[in-house]
Amino acid sequence: MSRATRTRSIILPLAVGAAFLATWHAAVRITGSTLFPTPMDVVRGFVELQGRGLLLRYIVASLFRVSWGFGLAVLIGVPLGLLMGWFRWVFEALNPLVQMFRPISPIAWIPVAILWFGVTDVAPIFLIFLAAVFPITVSSAAAVANIQPVYVRAARNFELSGLQLFRQVILPATLPQIITGLRIALGIAWLVVVAAEMIAVNSGLGYLIIDARNAGKRYDLVVAGMVMIGLIGLLLDLAVRRVERTPSLRWGYASRSD
Amino acid sequence: MSSGSRVNEPQNTSSTDRATVVVRDVCMTFAGKNRSRGVEVLRDVGLEVSRGEFICIVGPSGCGKSTLLNIIAGFLPATSGTVEVDGAPVRGPDSRHLFVFQENGVFPWLTVRDNVGFGMQKAAAAQRDATVKHYIEMVGLSGFESAFPHQLSGGMRQRVEIARALAANPSIIYMDEPFGALDFLTRLKMRSDLTRIWQQERKTILFVTHDIEEAVQLADRVAVMTPRPGVIREIVRVNLPRPRNLDSPEYLATRDRIFSIMGMSAALGH
Repeated sequence: MSRATRTRSIILPLAVGAAFLATWHAAVRITGSTLFPTPMDVVRGFVELQGRGLLLRYIVASLFRVSWGFGLAVLIGVPLGLLMGWFRWVFEALNPLVQMFRPISPIAWIPVAILWFGVTDVAPIFLIFLAAVFPITVSSAAAVANIQPVYVRAARNFELSGLQLFRQVILPATLPQIITGLRIALGIAWLVVVAAEMIAVNSGLGYLIIDARNAGKRYDLVVAGMVMIGLIGLLLDLAVRRVERTPSLRWGYASRSD
Repeated sequence: MSSGSRVNEPQNTSSTDRATVVVRDVCMTFAGKNRSRGVEVLRDVGLEVSRGEFICIVGPSGCGKSTLLNIIAGFLPATSGTVEVDGAPVRGPDSRHLFVFQENGVFPWLTVRDNVGFGMQKAAAAQRDATVKHYIEMVGLSGFESAFPHQLSGGMRQRVEIARALAANPSIIYMDEPFGALDFLTRLKMRSDLTRIWQQERKTILFVTHDIEEAVQLADRVAVMTPRPGVIREIVRVNLPRPRNLDSPEYLATRDRIFSIMGMSAALGH
């Protein structure tokens, strides 16, 4: 990347961001809205949340639920997907069920989650798990199906089988695609935690949004919660993209320049 | 460069060594789209390869030469016939007989060093390191030990795969058009390097190619196949010293003879 394009890649998004904030501010002023906050109102909202000790607590609460739900989805989805990708009969047995569950929005499970788990942390964790486990399973199965046959043949030539074959060839060969699947699933999990917290519990960023609206139409806090959700989602995505840069994974993303 | 005493040549390997690969009456028919008829790919193929011999199998694309190599290496079961390697019937891939793939079977998630050492995981670390170093040097990749395959050129990746096979110390190396995807100049360089490596290592090599010049440059004997169904039409011995002079009359005569074997059979086929 030349210096000029590098400068451009910094200047351009900053300029767009500034224009966005200015338009937002102007729009609130021109319409004379008393409820919808200006960007500065949102900043003051952040300061207030910080002062009441809520900001960090809610962030941790949301991340806690995502960690559990997403972690369980990885623990179950990745092995399940690998088995489906490797053994034809496992795929034939499970794929119809997986494909049927997959399009059901996690939001549709909210009544069921409340029925089963009540207003506890388990309900949103269950919803996040449901949201993440199917994309993870499907992408892991596809990753195995897409292994270059030559790697498996080379491994068989070296007489690898069973666990050795899996650990030394199948897993590293599928890891780039699996991680891409995890990145997408993490994005979905983060979307769902907010929705789940709006209904089921009394902490977290989703709860903050719905609570700020119900308790006094505090839209400055609503938007502060939205901004926080966006920022954390972005950070989560960047974190997984960092993992994708690992030397032993980079080959799997050949088309992407860096 | 006169043909003569430049290089020590095993002129009569077959009389001193027992055959290491024995192919008898191998037929191969792939199941067709409709069940009534399959596609006959190989018919009654017979071949004996001596220990330490470099044999090339040439033929036009679609003649079944690659299928034959896959059967010999144990990747495909023949429809009928037998393949024995080192006195035992082939039942599947074997780590003593390693395959070098045209599409490159080097593992992209491992460095050059780890790829080359892949087949010697049971060896002691010190011995493994020394062997890996030795073969990386032999194929001319010193300095690239920590590189990943996607950072290398196609020719370099093929070198890694050859080094990986050699490091595992197999008795036989099967090569299925290993230079087929490389550009012309790289291919020339790879051929002369492979000749040098084979002279140092004296492994038995079965090398499949559609390139007649490549076969005549590399092989002790060239098995010439003709297609549909694939049969070995003739086996041509190449009694020329290595490295081979590609302008010598003997080289050109051998090359033309193989051309005519293939050309003649093509004429017969029509």
